[in-house]
Amino acid sequence: MDPSQLLYAKTHEWAFVEDQDGGKVATVGISAFAIEALTDLVYLELPKVGSQTTAGQPFGEIESVKAVSDVYAPVTGEVIAVNEELPNKLESLNDDPYAGGWIAKIKITDESGLANLLDQPAYEKQCQEEG
Amino acid sequence: MAYLFNTPQEQQEMLASIGAASIEELFEQIPASLRLGRPLDLPPAMGELELTQHLATLAAKNQGPGDKICFLGGGSYDHFIPAAVDALASRGEFYTSYTPYQPEVSQGNLQAMFEYQTLICELTGLDVSNASLYDGGSAIAEAVIMSMNTVRRHDKIVVLGSVHPEYRQILDTYFGPLGTQIVVVPTPNGTVDPAEVAAVVDDQTACVVVQSPNFFGSPEQVQALADIAHAKDALLVQSFDPLSLGVIKRPGDLGADIAVAEGHSLGSPMQYGGPYLGIMACREQFVRRMPGRICGETVDRRGKRCWVLTLQTREQHIRREKATSNICTNQGLFALRASIYLALMGPHGLQDVGELCARKSHYAATQIASQERFELAFSTPFFKEFVVRDLQNDVATVLADASEAGFFAGVALGTWFPELADCFLVTVTEKRTRVEIDGLVKTLALTTNRTTIHA
Amino acid sequence: MRNTRSTHLLTELSQPGRRAVVMPKCDVPETPLSELLPADVLADNPPALPELAEPEVVRHYTNLSTLNMSVDTHYYPLGSCTMKYNPKRNERLASLPGIVDLHPYQPEDSLQGMLQLLYELQQFLTEISGLPAISLQPAAGAHGEWTALMSAAAYFRSIGQEQRKLVLSPDSSHGTNPASAQMAGFTAVTVRTVDGAVDMDDLRSKLNDQVAVFMITNPSTLGLFETQMAEIADAVHAAGGLIYLDGANMNAVLGISRPGDVGADMMHYNPHKTFSGPHGGGGPGAGPICVAEKIAPFLPSPIVVKEGDKYRLDYDRPESIGRVRTFFGNVGVLVRAYCYILSYGPDGLKAVSENAVLNANYLLSKIKHFLPVPHGLRCMHEFVASAAKLKQEKGVTAMDIAKRLLDYGFHAPTVYFPLTVPEAMMVEPTETESKEMLDAFVEILFRITEEPAELLHEAPHTTPISRPNEVQAARQPCLRAVCG
Repeated sequence: MDPSQLLYAKTHEWAFVEDQDGGKVATVGISAFAIEALTDLVYLELPKVGSQTTAGQPFGEIESVKAVSDVYAPVTGEVIAVNEELPNKLESLNDDPYAGGWIAKIKITDESGLANLLDQPAYEKQCQEEG
Repeated sequence: MAYLFNTPQEQQEMLASIGAASIEELFEQIPASLRLGRPLDLPPAMGELELTQHLATLAAKNQGPGDKICFLGGGSYDHFIPAAVDALASRGEFYTSYTPYQPEVSQGNLQAMFEYQTLICELTGLDVSNASLYDGGSAIAEAVIMSMNTVRRHDKIVVLGSVHPEYRQILDTYFGPLGTQIVVVPTPNGTVDPAEVAAVVDDQTACVVVQSPNFFGSPEQVQALADIAHAKDALLVQSFDPLSLGVIKRPGDLGADIAVAEGHSLGSPMQYGGPYLGIMACREQFVRRMPGRICGETVDRRGKRCWVLTLQTREQHIRREKATSNICTNQGLFALRASIYLALMGPHGLQDVGELCARKSHYAATQIASQERFELAFSTPFFKEFVVRDLQNDVATVLADASEAGFFAGVALGTWFPELADCFLVTVTEKRTRVEIDGLVKTLALTTNRTTIHA
Repeated sequence: MRNTRSTHLLTELSQPGRRAVVMPKCDVPETPLSELLPADVLADNPPALPELAEPEVVRHYTNLSTLNMSVDTHYYPLGSCTMKYNPKRNERLASLPGIVDLHPYQPEDSLQGMLQLLYELQQFLTEISGLPAISLQPAAGAHGEWTALMSAAAYFRSIGQEQRKLVLSPDSSHGTNPASAQMAGFTAVTVRTVDGAVDMDDLRSKLNDQVAVFMITNPSTLGLFETQMAEIADAVHAAGGLIYLDGANMNAVLGISRPGDVGADMMHYNPHKTFSGPHGGGGPGAGPICVAEKIAPFLPSPIVVKEGDKYRLDYDRPESIGRVRTFFGNVGVLVRAYCYILSYGPDGLKAVSENAVLNANYLLSKIKHFLPVPHGLRCMHEFVASAAKLKQEKGVTAMDIAKRLLDYGFHAPTVYFPLTVPEAMMVEPTETESKEMLDAFVEILFRITEEPAELLHEAPHTTPISRPNEVQAARQPCLRAVCG
């Protein structure tokens, strides 16, 4: 996926939103900036298919050797697919964060939160400020 | 003074470097109103000789298994400890070190932990062991928390009435105030009827907690109970006796998901109840919910095999309020002792101990039950402990008379089980000889006769 | 001289047919086990434990022991852990047969010496804490925290204030504090610190009728005495809450300042730290708790009481939260604490803290010239230096320094804790080290800061292993021999 076509949460998750079966589905993952900051990833806990997500609330966890971080849902909806391979191929998060590193597909049930997501220039500006 | 170095001259030099006039000045950050301002009201210091004499005096006021022959059990046992266990665990490099935060200078402890985990996995037939918890009782509580977090059910657990009463009290303390429903399935015949367990396990149940061999010494039908739990997607937690596993089936072979045990009988003394060793092992898929330290194998920068603490994100120092448990210390020294013990025993030593316990306890049970005054309370099979009923319902006198004659004959059960007020629990380990068992039986026979005469 | 075979695993040393322990011949009828226990209970074979001879077990573990640093062999300034000398006399006395070979269900009249010891220890610890009631039952510091919080919850229920569901602790606190709060059914809330002291505005803004307990470590994890302690206690008490004092750092204030006198309602001791019970490679510890009178009825049962000249266990405590572990407690650790307190007496215990604080300030006065200590010109029993400047200038981290110290035969300080100091190095010398040792430590530490960064990144160079690959250990966990 082309990073410039994605939307970003302030908490460093990305979302690619497309129309599907009359609704909107978001493919979500973690930004390259965040992956680099986390360093030495060792474990990813995926959400369960069928679980509900709320924009801004945790829906998974990612761990490095001595730190653990929540992964926040960028959109509100229902998890319809997860990248089952990813926990065993964590290097995909580093090598290919915007394609092979996708975490879940979420069927959006409430579109109002989409307006809070950033486009790439705005997100990059935020990253620069965080340093 | 006892273990201090600094001479007055050195103290002055140090104060000069600090730029303070006195040691007193170093405490200026403590406001005067918060200081004690008087000496502590404690006994004056004792030198080593006085202290040794004092402790000898206290020790002489106790009567242990050196003075009385011990048939006591119920979670603490008088098993044999080979000399090599004490000799090795007394090495200062082991017992004066701490948690291996620096693996490069802690490979001894880390490898010992890893070997402990390996031995416990083999012993239990399960995939993963942690590096130990406090004791067998709190280990059950931790297993319940782990079950709740694994199956995401916090409202109900099912516990067998044959689980050690103190373990059940611990569960009440941990979970009662949190609103968890603790369903206790009674065991009036010494073991549980699995159908009665099936009747109360539902899709709100986090786990079924079973002890086997149970508090009364009898094996429960663990496989059937595991099937019942699994049918409702609940876990089976089994508390086991490590020294039974030379002869009876392992928790992992019977469908247990989490196995816990009081492990002190693996090479550690009774020391009036602690410190002991909480053993915990589980199936691989639950490892990220496991409490306590875990050691793992890896390689160093030069490719050499070595060991480190791992999966630390489970723990309180990283995850804080979201940790799997608040536990920080483990019982490293007692895990070490258990490992040395198991290494010395090997499979055949463990089997011998199990066979001796089983045969001697059955011999003792038969002999005691042949006395007119006594019978076995239950007809269920048992491993090394059994429940004796005093048909004259005067357990206190029986035990007191036996004590006077030089025997700790058993543990009275009335405190915990009002319906068993006329019963006591007798334990026979591999250490008890036929002469000692016959002596106990003879003493109990005298009790019978004397009471008869009095009557 | 090192035996390079020593790191073979027991499973690799095993040879079928070897054995170390031979049990006596059975002296009762050798009934087949199949007649004693049902077939579906009996194992076909015993577990496949390794098969070894005694000499190789002894050599294996003796050689393993030499791969450890320990207090008996090395200077061990591990902050917050109080790695002081573990007296040999305590080991011997705690192993007397009349002490160590006692069964927990023996009759009380056969335990009068043990119960006297535990009763007197209850008195010693309440006197040192300034709090009147005690439970010796908890198995470790964290277990003590949880036990006290459960007791506090029972207290609040008893006065009809079960709505108090929040437990506050500072951001510099040990992770056990919030973890214990959560396990006890509370919600953990963090309070900010400024320059190592509690931010009073933040604390006040979080105090209300939902707050049950404020947990504070004093002296703090930065080695500073919380000078606002009286003010904090007043504020928390005025809001109806209780103060819990984490006694991890009691080594600084024995006989000088008592938790009960500075406003604490509850506290725990870590006898394996303060009272020299050895650390055992990670445990056992013990976690006795002392509490104010109003919390006393809720403490676990039993406690030891004295009636006339007899000692007995008191279980008749109807408001008690119950039992938190099996049997009486970690008695072996408590016996060592008892011996330790008697060895020092009142003046000696005070001298322990005075010398612990003197040693720490002496080190601080030397180290601050080349490793900044961000908080405090003076400290209590420990202090936290920062390698942040070194990291900025040379890319050398606290971890690099810690690893290089190992090459010089010193155990490393605690690093990266507390989380509030960047590149933290927490140094606790303890009172049982000499000035010569402290001088040697300072000299080496200074030399390390002058060494080339590349050398430090690769350190340690002389230890039995170099830095282990922790990422691999966590990504592909191998948690027992013969894995995967």
